[in-house]
This record gives sequence, structure tokens and C-alpha cells, in this order.
Amino acid sequence: MANPNGIGASVRRREDQRFLTGRGNYTDDFKRPNMTHAVHVRSPYAHARILGIDFADAAAMPGVVAVLTGADMEADKVGSLPCGWQIHSKDGSPMKEPPHHPLARDRVRYVGDAVAVVIAETREQARDAAEMVVVDYEELPAVGSSTRAIAGGAPLVHDDAPDNVCYDWHLGDKAAVDTAFANAAHVAKIDLVNQRLVPNAMEPRAAMGEYDQSSGEYTLTTTSQNPHVTRLLMGAFVLGIPEHKLRVVAPDVGGGFGSKIFHYGEEAVVTWAARKVGRPVKWTADRSESFLTDAHGRDHVSHAELAMDADGNFLALRVSTLANLGAYLSTFAPSIPTYLYATLLAGQYKTPAIYAEVKAVFTNTAPVDAYRGAGRPEACYLIERIVDVAAGVMGMDKTEIRRRNFVPKEAMPYQTPVALQYDTGDFAKNLDIALPLVDYPGFQQRRAESKARGKLRGIGFATYIEACGIAPSNVAGALGARAGLYECAEVRFHPTGSVTVFTGAHSHGQGHETTFAQIVAERFGIPIENVEIVHGDTNKIPFGMGTYGSRSLAVGGSALVKAMDKVERKAKKIAAHMLEAAETDIEVKDGRFTVAGTDKSLGIGDIALQAYVPHNFPLDELEPGLDEQAFYDPKNFTYPNGCHVCELEIDPDTGVTTIVSFAAVDDFGNVINPLIVEGQVHGGLVQGIGQALYENCVYDEDSGQLVTGSYMDYCMPRADDVPSFTVRYHEDQPCTHNPLGVKGCGEAGTIGAAAAVMNAVVDALSDYGVTHMDMPATPEKVWRTIRDAAPAMAAE
Amino acid sequence: MYAFTYQRPTSLADAAAAIQAEEAKLLGGGQTLLPTLKQRLARPTDLIDLGAIPELKGIREADGGLEIGAFTRHAEVAHSDLVKRVIPALASLAEGIGDRQVRNMGTMGGSIANADPSADYPSAAVALKASVTTDRRTIAGDDFFTGMFETALEPGEIVKSVRFSRPDKAAYAKFRNPASRYAIVGVFVAKFGAEVRVAVTGAAGSVFRATAFETALAADFRAEALNGLSVEADGLNADIHASADYRAHLVTVMAKRAVEAAG
Ligand SMILES: Cc1cc2nc3c(=O)[nH]c(=O)nc-3n(C[C@H](O)[C@H](O)[C@H](O)COP(=O)(O)OP(=O)(O)OC[C@H]3O[C@@H](n4cnc5c(N)ncnc54)[C@H](O)[C@@H]3O)c2cc1C
Repeated sequence: MANPNGIGASVRRREDQRFLTGRGNYTDDFKRPNMTHAVHVRSPYAHARILGIDFADAAAMPGVVAVLTGADMEADKVGSLPCGWQIHSKDGSPMKEPPHHPLARDRVRYVGDAVAVVIAETREQARDAAEMVVVDYEELPAVGSSTRAIAGGAPLVHDDAPDNVCYDWHLGDKAAVDTAFANAAHVAKIDLVNQRLVPNAMEPRAAMGEYDQSSGEYTLTTTSQNPHVTRLLMGAFVLGIPEHKLRVVAPDVGGGFGSKIFHYGEEAVVTWAARKVGRPVKWTADRSESFLTDAHGRDHVSHAELAMDADGNFLALRVSTLANLGAYLSTFAPSIPTYLYATLLAGQYKTPAIYAEVKAVFTNTAPVDAYRGAGRPEACYLIERIVDVAAGVMGMDKTEIRRRNFVPKEAMPYQTPVALQYDTGDFAKNLDIALPLVDYPGFQQRRAESKARGKLRGIGFATYIEACGIAPSNVAGALGARAGLYECAEVRFHPTGSVTVFTGAHSHGQGHETTFAQIVAERFGIPIENVEIVHGDTNKIPFGMGTYGSRSLAVGGSALVKAMDKVERKAKKIAAHMLEAAETDIEVKDGRFTVAGTDKSLGIGDIALQAYVPHNFPLDELEPGLDEQAFYDPKNFTYPNGCHVCELEIDPDTGVTTIVSFAAVDDFGNVINPLIVEGQVHGGLVQGIGQALYENCVYDEDSGQLVTGSYMDYCMPRADDVPSFTVRYHEDQPCTHNPLGVKGCGEAGTIGAAAAVMNAVVDALSDYGVTHMDMPATPEKVWRTIRDAAPAMAAE
Repeated sequence: MYAFTYQRPTSLADAAAAIQAEEAKLLGGGQTLLPTLKQRLARPTDLIDLGAIPELKGIREADGGLEIGAFTRHAEVAHSDLVKRVIPALASLAEGIGDRQVRNMGTMGGSIANADPSADYPSAAVALKASVTTDRRTIAGDDFFTGMFETALEPGEIVKSVRFSRPDKAAYAKFRNPASRYAIVGVFVAKFGAEVRVAVTGAAGSVFRATAFETALAADFRAEALNGLSVEADGLNADIHASADYRAHLVTVMAKRAVEAAG
């Protein structure tokens, strides 16, 4: 009998009850006796030398407990924030890795760089005093963009990074690509910008540090997607606190989108300061600080060329990308424009030769790191834009050129020329499902009907494939990761048959408390109410690598299955003992343990009780207890893939784009909870649409000031900006190398959507000879494009 | 925010007395003032909340038009049956302000006193020949807005109500800033017999009348009458959302749409 809350059921998210009724427990909700409040003094300049800091007046302000600076940290031998991934340049030299101090020491390098922290009895008092801290700056010329950074004579962000280059890296077979281009019948070319985005989690970052003088233990409560990684990085590299004396708790976290993966300076500051002032110290970012200091996303400038034969078969792809890493290396920054980007440049296509060069540079802007999709949206956008350009060059239908070049299902597993090996995928099937959803044959008629109303209609396709479930540790290690990327789970049966699961994954919107419980309920045939999922506390979880890269289910879920396997094995032993049968004769189904061929059986609940009341256990062979732990290190990445189709209408009088319909067909492998999956897709699509039409993080190139520092200027998509989505998935191509056959769904929407929207925008403008437009397609940009292309038509 | 003293007078006279304190500030719906305070861009000693003063509230029919109390929320204007009947264009303008939260808090008086160049109400005040009554005098709508964030109000002067004339036909067309939802360009067109008023907000430092449009529409109240007409881009606002020439273009587009909507 199927478990009503088992695998495949659209169970409503159990955690939503507390979130929607205001009972979530976020970092800022935690209050401690004697707690103090920290406010950071931040640089108003993008680049300046700190000549001196005068905080005498600030220290004398009411309620002020301490004013601490980089000099204090230096005196305490506080280390630099470490980078978790090392890239080597083409010439074999390691990337430039300049120090990144939690509080700047002699120079500030972006607007918002922290120079001091004021700790006071109340937050307002700390703010009052922070305003009284006088920092004597000598302003230096700034570099506000990546193209500026590499222009001759640009000021240096770090003295030891010549030409502002962090690394100059490449991947692929250059010679093979050059040969293919020499023999190509047709070449498509594109120059594009993948603009910088601000992550905008609903909950701003926050951190509270505590120090227990009697035990010497520190506790950091923080808005983190991966508390163990923060513990490791901060403990080992920044503050020198051994793991057993440092607890990191990430309680309810209100969204991350990648921005809360990283170890941030403020976490180290409050932890360190808690000991210095002998009281708990809490810091919570305000929204302005979030804009300035959360690690941003994307920010690529690329040139790409696609070589084709006479029939439109792709022969080779050549890509050159300039990636902006910001002022300092955030935790995983170097890996994003390299191993999470260039390795995806094959997309769904069997392009035999690919060569990518990526130059990553420092600028006087906020650090850039993983943001939902992290490298893969950039790859998808580039591929799918150039494929549309190629269709134009060939005069081919946009679906046809894709179909012609898809890696066929039969070719799986497929080794791409850029390091990855896809396990499964049926790309033609995704397209076959999508086309009827959008009535593709009827499009021309709809376009004509729009035209009759004075509107321009466009349709855009994007196919994507992503590498998720990061990662086999050995592969990641070989590519420069300084950490393993496994996941752990512990399944603890309690004597009365309820279960607590400890997972190293971290839920901050993904719904683990529901999905993971479904997997356990299904496996043991128990009600979902009897399963509790615990995450986000280094004192409870053995070790975890956290949640990002759509890895929770593929890696964390697999660890959970391994742990359940162990529990089952143990339970089988106990059952054999209790039923006086041989272990090999015990059959297990839905949590019932039966002696084969008999009606003698036990439920898992009976076994759990016996495990903890082992009155007659043969203790030499059978330990008491039913509590098992497993670590799972994946064999490969997982490869979610899909096809997105966007149809939109442009008002040529104003340039406003309205999305008429959006269909997403995805292959996430097996689906545990369709409702949650659909929700993840919806959110992802909105983020992708946001990038395509609305969002743009703008720095002034010369001054390095953030121009879009609030929602008055940084445009977030809202519910009424997007249509109702048509979302479909199929489960024909489960992942072959993890036990659940799952691929991950967290980022997919974001990865495909921007390309689909922009392809539709360009399609709508195709009558004006437009072949490309950079994101976001703002009304003015669209209007201007139309006006410049056809003055006569626009003047009408 | 810096600390301040909060006051909530229950009569206009008490409010007028309280606002005399140096560095005191009137508080309407707080939608502009509170963000300013949160960012510590202002440091008033006292906030005089106008929300408990009966004289500042209510929507009445007056002289065939409407008189709207200064402390009337945008949502009240948007949903008022009286407004919808007498000047439906004003109700629909109010419905298009910001978002639901802003409309439930922001007030008519706060909006016009603030005179944000991209606020919507100033266009209605000018196009609908409004007059602004304060605790001291009556100011013609035409004279009220004197510049960017500047009005004819004297320090401490409190807006009591705004009177709008009832047009034969009117409509407001807005091109909103996709981020803030303020007007990048908003055009209010109103027809009173042979007279037509076209008031433009968002485009320049302050609301202005597009007189060439008015002349053309007075002769022929159809969108086509505006063909070939445009306002000078020189001197219009320019920011990351819209350049001056785009705004100039939008003035014509929005004026035509307003005329079409007015019917
Ligand atoms: C996100 C957002 C979006 C918005 N979008 C729009 C939009 O699309 N269109 C639009 O028009 N507006 C918009 N607004 C502005 C908003 O609608 C209010 O009109 C505006 O904030 C001022 O009104 P208030 O009642 O909130 O005044 P407050 O913020 O309380 O006060 C503003 C100023 O007016 C003064 N004041 C208040 N009442 C009086 C009075 N009776 N007499 C004299 N002085 C007074 C105050 O002292 C203060 O200086 C938006 C605001 C926000 C925050």
C-alpha cells in the first residue's frame, strides 16, 4: 500500500506552518541575556587608504561597549577570510589570492568594506556611535568594472595582482577548435554581457557570537547555507578555534540563493568580539548593507563564436569571458566562472570541440560569487543566445537547429569535450513535450494578430543542462576545491518508533523538512508525522557540506538512503533474532520484516523498541540501539535538463515587454514531491525573468559607487510582472548513479529562463534586424533599439 | 532613526501649535518621511502625527467637485464610491500609486506637500484646477508646486484639504518606474467645456502643463490631434531608468493614451 505521504506525493510543506504564522526562528530573533549589538563602520569610498581611525568620541557615546578595528584583529592574530577553491592560470601559476581581512587594515577596496565595528547596548546606540567614528581616508582612483580593470593604466585593486588579473584560465582543446573553425562553412558570433545581480534574500544576513568563558566554547548563530563549512573556515583559518570548541548554528534562514554559502567577515567579527567584550554580540544587516556587502552574482563579458558545417551541424565553440570577481575572493568565487561555467558550455549539444578562456579580474566592487545557478545560467545564456544567432545565419527554424545538434538519448552516457560526462537525458523529448504546450505551429498567426494590434510578438526557446549535486570529492579536488563535497546523514530510531534524521544539508526555503521526511516515511512505512528532520547545527550533525548547487536531495538524500540501508540491515539482524530465523530468511517491505514463506513478521516499531530494550540480545553479535550514520560522496554530478519556452509581446510605443506565456519542461530525474518541485521551478523562473527584464546591479565605472543600492532603483520582479507558468516534468531519465535517481531542481528555473526570455525579445524585434540585446531588456533599451532601427516606423 | 518625540494632536489648532517647535516635522502616512528617518537623512526633534485630527479627514462633494481631506489615504480615494462617481480618473490614479502597502498608508496631503517630481497627485491637482486649503489660507493648484520637492507652503503650514473641480472628461495615463512604481511619466488630461488641461508629472523637476497639447486638444479632443506634437527633451529628468528624450517621447504616448481613455 502506497504511503500517502511517501515518495511522489505532493505533501504540503510542513515548515510553512511556522513560517507563515510568524513562528520561524531566524538569527535576529535570538536574544540572549546581556546581549550587545554590533554596527559596522563601512567605507563610503570604493578605494581609499586608511590614514587613521579616531574613535575617541564614539567610544564615549552612551551605551558603547567597545569600538574595534582591523588593528585590534591584527594584534589578536586574526587571519584572512580563506578562499575555498584554487584555480591555476594557463601558464600553471596559481591564482592571485590577496588577503581579505574581516576589518580592513590599511586600505578599503569597495563601498561597504568594513573598517571598524561598534558594539553597544542597543542597536541604535551602536549606530549613533558608528556615525561618530572618524576615518581619515585618502581616496584612491577606483576600478568600477571588469573592462576598466583590464584597460591599460587601470589602478590596481591589489598591488600584488598585476593588471588586476586573478587568473587567466582555459579549458578545452584549442587546436581542435581552431581546425574546426578553419573548415567551417558558417560561423555565428556574439558579444554579450551577463550583468551583475544582487541576490536579495528576504532575510538579510545576520550573525550572533557567544563565548562561554567557563568552557572556552564559542557559538556562532548565523544565516548560513552550510554551517559546517563556516565552522571549518572560520575556526581553522580566521580565528584559530578548534572544532570541538566552536559551534555554528544556522537556524531558520530566509532564503540564500547562494549568497549565504560563504563565510563572511561579520561572522568572524561577532565571534571574536564576543570574547573580547565578554558578552554575546549580534549583528543584523539592514537592507542597504545587504545591497552593498552580500556577494553579488554573474558579471561576465563574453565573446563567443560557433562554427558550423553547411547543414548547421555544430563543429566547434570558442568562448572568451571576462569575469568580475569584485574586490576580494569570496569563498567559492574562483570556481564559478571556471568549473561551474566553462564545463557547461556543451549544453545539450554534441559540439565536438570547445575551447573557453576565462580571465577573472579584481575590481573595486562587492565580491562576486555563486548566485542561484552559479556559472550555469551564464553558460546557458551564452549557448542559447549564440544558437539563436546561428539559426539566423543558417536560416533554420530555432527548434530545428537545436534538434539537429542535440546529444541523442542513445549517446548516453556522453562525454563532453569540456570534462563532464552526462549520465542521462532525452533532450528531444523535452522539446517534444514543450512544443504542443505552447502551440508552436500557431505562433505565426498569433504574431500576425499582435501586429494588427500594433504589438510585436516573439517566441524564445532555451534548452539547458546543468551539473548539480556537487560533487565527487575526487573530481572537485583535482579541479582545485579545498574541501570535500560529500554529505552526511544520521537516522536515529527512538525506542517508540519515531525517527529523527540529522542531515548535513541545510534548508532555507527548499522544504527539506518535508521531502526528506517523505523518503523516510516511504522506506519504513511510517507516518510522516513520526519523522523529524534536524539540520543546521554543527553540534547535532556529524558533518555537512550544506545546500547549494541543487545538491541537497542528490547528495544529502543519497546519504539519507545509505543511512537507512544501514538501519535496515541492523533492524534485519534484530528481527532475525526476535523471530528466531536466519538473517538471510528475513524479507523487508515497507518497514515490515517477515520470515520468508511464513506469516511471522515484525514492524520497524517493534524492532526499534527491542533495540533499546535488549534484554535477551546476544551482545557479542548484536549491539543495542538503532541509530546509523552514513556519508555519501557522489560518483558523478547530476544533470538536470530541460526546455523553456517564452512567448511575449512588446509595445513598440513604450518598449514595455509583457510575457504572455512561459512553459518549462524539465527532467529532474525522479521527483519526490511534485508540489515543492513546481514551487522551486516557479521561483527560479521568476529570478531568470528578473535578470532578463528587470534586475541590474549598476556601479559607477569611475567612482565605484553602487548606483542601484535600494529597491527604488534595483528592480525586483513582482508577482504581477510574470504570467502563470506551465510547468511539466518527466521521470523517464532518472539519474543512474544515485539511489533515488534524482537530479535536483533548485536552480533549473533560473538557468533556462533568462535565455528563453531574451531569445523571445530578440525574436519579437527580428523585423528590425535585431540579433542581440543585452539584459535587462528595459523599456527604454527596447524602445531605443526599435527607434534606431526604424526611425520611420517609430515616429509614426 | 535618531530619537524624536512623538506627538499625536487631536485638533488642527493643536497640530499648528506643535509644529511651531523648531525642527518639528509633520507626519502623514510616513511613506516618504519614515524611510528618510530610517536612513538617518533627517533628524527632527518632534514628529507631529496628523492621523488623529478629524478636520483633515473625509471626502465630500463640494461645488460640484470634490474636497478631500489631507489625511485621506490613497486607498480611500481609490475605493471611494463618491470619487468614482464624480471624478473616476482621480480614483484610478490613486489605485495606481505604488503598491498596496503604500496606498494603505500614504496620504493626499503628504503627497502634495512632499511634491516629489514623480508623484502622481500633482498632475491631478494641476489638471483638475485644484485649490489647496491650509490652516492659514487657500492656494491655487496652479501656484502650489514651485519646484522639485518645493511647494508654496510656508514652514509649519499644514495642508487641510484639496478641492478638485469636476471635469467633463478626464483620464490619467502613467508610465511607471518598474522598480519604485512612481511615475516615470504621468499625464493627466482633463476637459472642461472648451478648455483642456494636460498636466505632466514625472518628466521634469515639477509638474507642468503641456500647453501645445492643450491647444491641440481644445480644437480636437482626439488622440490623433497630438500627432507630431512633443515636449522639448531639454531640461527633462534623466536617470538610470529613463533618459530625457525617452521621457519626452513618453509624454506624447501617455497623453494620447489618456485622451483615448477619457473617451
Ligand atoms: C515604495 C513606494 C512607492 C511609491 N509609489 C508612489 C507612486 O507610484 N506615486 C506617488 O504619487 N507616490 C508614491 N509613493 C509616495 C507615497 O504614496 C506618499 O504619497 C508619499 O510618501 C507622501 O505621503 P505620506 O502621507 O506618506 O507623507 P509622509 O511621508 O508622512 O510625509 C511626507 C512629507 O509631507 C509632509 N506632510 C505630510 N502631511 C502633511 C500635511 N497635511 N501638510 C503639510 N505637510 C505634510 C511631511 O512633513 C513630510 O515632509 C511611493 C512611496 C513608496 C515608499
